[in-house]
Amino acid sequence: MITVKNINKSFSGNQILHDISINFLRGKTNMIIGASGSGKSVLTKCIVGLHEIDSGLIEYDGRDFTHMNFKERKGIRAEIGMLFQGSALFDSLTVEENVRFPLEMHTDKSKEEILDRVNFCLQRVNLENVNHLHPSELSGGMKKRVGIARAIALKPKYLFCDEPNSGLDPQTSIVIDNLIQEITQEYDITTIVISHDMNSVMEAGDHISFIYQGRKWWEGDRHEILKTDNPELCDFVYASRIMQKFRKL
Amino acid sequence: MVSLGLGSLGLIAIISLFMGAVVTIQTVAAIDSPLIPLYTVGFATRQSFILELAPTVMCLILSGKIGSNIASEIGTMRISEQIDALEIMGVNSASYLIFPKIIAALFTIPMIIIYSMFLGILGGWIVGAYSNNLTIDEYLYGIRWNFNMFHITYAMIKTLFFAFIITSIPAYHGYFTRGGSLEIGVSSTKSVVYSSISILIINYILTQLLLI
Repeated sequence: MITVKNINKSFSGNQILHDISINFLRGKTNMIIGASGSGKSVLTKCIVGLHEIDSGLIEYDGRDFTHMNFKERKGIRAEIGMLFQGSALFDSLTVEENVRFPLEMHTDKSKEEILDRVNFCLQRVNLENVNHLHPSELSGGMKKRVGIARAIALKPKYLFCDEPNSGLDPQTSIVIDNLIQEITQEYDITTIVISHDMNSVMEAGDHISFIYQGRKWWEGDRHEILKTDNPELCDFVYASRIMQKFRKL
Repeated sequence: MVSLGLGSLGLIAIISLFMGAVVTIQTVAAIDSPLIPLYTVGFATRQSFILELAPTVMCLILSGKIGSNIASEIGTMRISEQIDALEIMGVNSASYLIFPKIIAALFTIPMIIIYSMFLGILGGWIVGAYSNNLTIDEYLYGIRWNFNMFHITYAMIKTLFFAFIITSIPAYHGYFTRGGSLEIGVSSTKSVVYSSISILIINYILTQLLLI
């Protein structure tokens, strides 16, 4: 479980996050939703330590991440997998080398063991015979899947996904959502997904936190979100015509 | 190593050969007095190349070619979140991305500068030999006349400083790129401007310290 307590973060005097506290549950797909610019990505980058918080506390299964030094954080980071919005695959490396990278950085496994793990991870995300391709030769959905394969290569305890569906067609989005949900349950990990795609939320959101103007505005699950009368959340959830029609039913 | 110098061998060869040829012609044209021996042409070409043209001018050219490459490469990694991905994996991204480039440049750029010195003097020799302005013997005598080995050491010391500048300043600008593709271009331009100015300032300081 990842616990976030009273986090505040500002950039050049402009406060982005206001006193946010959330518990991200193990074995669940924890979703952070909100409009663009609401602070979702900043919150996630604070949780993984890419941004230092101004005040508050971040704990990974009771371990205080906030006050750890670089070396101590390295131990936690070996337990973190992250899928970035643009996949963030290393352009100069092949698919195989991208997935191999964290294994070579953090394990003493032999080349054969590493290759077995790479092939297993690629098969797990339904990718085969792409080992020697470069990221520029892959489609958007394939890049996301390679990103997931790289993120799970070290058998992480914590998986972060920053808008895993952005730029993908609806069918591929569902494939990615299902994959993230399957991996979360299969490995019993704490998964945090940032999204503003309501299809994803309804597909995979076990635990949902709605961020509005840098504050945690609402918390619940995918069943509760449809019954909410919170006006800001309703504006977000029922923004599309399909959802408005769904609400009338 | 290839992107940090070996890939520039062709460009450096062309520039050095032609600059050596031009320096030789200009020196021949500048010698009016019959009291000045013609071997001075070889001497002037050698001194120009060893002291200034090879280490300083070639490093200015390399700062444009290699520097912009480094800044745009690292800048692209920054805005496409590849550097964040390295950090998440517990890798010290600055050390992982920049340090090998600096080390590679410290090895390759001095070799390129020696190569440039050789080709510059060769360019002068080719022009001298075929222009009938001076004999090959006069040119060869000139490039050996009053040779001071310390000048090579001086050039290599300068080159090591320049190699560090050529890689570190663009890497800094690339690493701290914020925004999008437009900012990558800005970082690339800034890196070339700042590294060129730094090379000129360091060149002056080292010359003052080492040659006077």
